[in-house]
Amino acid sequence: MSSFSVTEPTKRTKWFAGTMVIVYALITMLPLAWIMMTGFKSPADAISYPPKVVFEPTLEGYVNLFTTRTRQTEEFLAANPPETWYEEIVREYDMVIAGPSKFGERFLNSVIIGFGSTFLSIVLGTLAAYAFSRFKIPLADDLLFFILSTRMMPPIAVAIPIFLMYRQLGLSDTHLGMILLYTAVNISLAVWLLKGFIDEIPREYEEAALIDGYTRFQAFYKVVLPQAATGIASTAIFCLIFAWNEYAFAVLLTSGTAQTAPPFIPTIIGVGGLDWPAVAAGATIFLLPVMIFTILLRKHLLRGITFGAVRK
Amino acid sequence: MVPMPQDPATIAASATPPRVARKIKGLSDRAIAWIFVGPTIFLLLAINIFPLIWTIRLSFTNFKANRNREVEWIGTRNYERILTDSDIWLNMQATAHFLFWTIFFQVLIGFTLAYLINKKFKGNDLWTTIIVLPMMLSPAVVGNFWKFLYQPQIGLFNYIVAFFTGKDPSSFEMLGSVQLAPWSIVIVDTWMWTPFVMLICLAGLRSIPDYIYEAAEVDRASKLRQFFTITIPMVLPFLMLAVLFRGIENFKMFDLVVQLTGGGPGSTTELTSINLKREAFEKWRTGYASAYAIILFVTVFGLASIYVKALNKVKER
Repeated sequence: MSSFSVTEPTKRTKWFAGTMVIVYALITMLPLAWIMMTGFKSPADAISYPPKVVFEPTLEGYVNLFTTRTRQTEEFLAANPPETWYEEIVREYDMVIAGPSKFGERFLNSVIIGFGSTFLSIVLGTLAAYAFSRFKIPLADDLLFFILSTRMMPPIAVAIPIFLMYRQLGLSDTHLGMILLYTAVNISLAVWLLKGFIDEIPREYEEAALIDGYTRFQAFYKVVLPQAATGIASTAIFCLIFAWNEYAFAVLLTSGTAQTAPPFIPTIIGVGGLDWPAVAAGATIFLLPVMIFTILLRKHLLRGITFGAVRK
Repeated sequence: MVPMPQDPATIAASATPPRVARKIKGLSDRAIAWIFVGPTIFLLLAINIFPLIWTIRLSFTNFKANRNREVEWIGTRNYERILTDSDIWLNMQATAHFLFWTIFFQVLIGFTLAYLINKKFKGNDLWTTIIVLPMMLSPAVVGNFWKFLYQPQIGLFNYIVAFFTGKDPSSFEMLGSVQLAPWSIVIVDTWMWTPFVMLICLAGLRSIPDYIYEAAEVDRASKLRQFFTITIPMVLPFLMLAVLFRGIENFKMFDLVVQLTGGGPGSTTELTSINLKREAFEKWRTGYASAYAIILFVTVFGLASIYVKALNKVKER
């Protein structure tokens, strides 16, 4: 280095810091890596002692995750040779595939409810955030704090009356009910984050547009929205991840038609005895999209998790 | 920053708005403001405030949601029963233990990590992203797979502990023993949420301008002194914010712990939220549970308000 700086850490410090952080990162990744590996083990390998690091990979866990199976007599098995690769896997245990499991449906529910509530939160949140950012609203700070404080309630506390209310309105265990509920939970995050993003867009752009004869709506639609696109996208991902991960409301208010994946995955274990590979496969499929989104989001992560309080 | 392919003012200036649009220009800004904010407020009133008021009402009754009997007003009896119930104080203690130790470890490890990452070694961005992953995952699913890792015979956790201590891996049960279960939930929560504290501390460390250290260096302040008189005070507001978030979240903790221990063994890890769920949705003592919910809400709200005041004082300094 040509110029000496007192704040630049020495090479040795950097090397030490780097090593420590990498060691932590590897340790912290171990549980996740282990679960992903377990998804590709056979049930016997998954519960072997000592735990197996080297094993013969199989898709059994994934087949078991997506199917229900029944045991059959040898005559039946001999008369009906397996036609597909997944039938073949099941045959090793003298079983045949009886039909699809509920995992697909539950996963789809997660997708529908996640995207539905995200869309609603973003539409409502953007409008409200724009108004809070640009107009003089009486008691604006109190309203904003009120919006935030709704997030402090323990979900179980809100769940009691919502359970009663939904029972009366016929919204229990429906997609619409869950979408509305998750929107209400997410909207505080959406408003706070989006207000921060919109605050950063200079007012002059809209003012120029207004002077040129645009209406407020047009200025909002054609000038502000495109400028806020990055902010809206990252807010949307945060809302999506929340709805995707939510468990307390889902387990209390849904049981069948609208049940999402988080309350369902733990029940897999009960279906086929101690089928840890199937649980691990379910967890892997469920967690992967969030990991990918997290990597995409890394620049805005801090902002999202602190409701916009810390912006870098 | 927001990408800016072309100056929007130029786009706005060059386009001529259609004539029809001018007709609705009459809408005042105030009207637009209410049209924009209205739906959000309405939704929150319908799904948050209305239920809250309903809970308050229920808390003064002996209503049971699974029965169709006459509802009686019983005044503050539910509240009296809860506040004098020694079992509930045990749940509060379990929650306090969980809160204190998770925050303690997360602050300690999170700050250390942030401090190390701020040494700007090569590839620190990549490793930061990797470290952050656990906190974005579904707590219920995380709890579920940690249960697998904690299995005494086959679990990876017990195996690793046994490997380093020479103990028999089936000689201890993280989730099954009264002594270890409260720590098993602390470990998983710390694994999951340390990155949260780390990220916020990192933002704090990065907000300290270099010239302060340079000035201290000129004054011949030792590195240790710089750490305690510059680094710590400057990061403190950030750290306190992180603690606020973690405190509120862990006070509400439900999903992770329910999946891990279900409140057991006995009621050693039965945090208040889990206890509340049992009262409301298993025993169906709706009125009683409503009073319980209100007490919890008031507690978290009160503590958070006091804390925010303290935080603002630190910020002003």
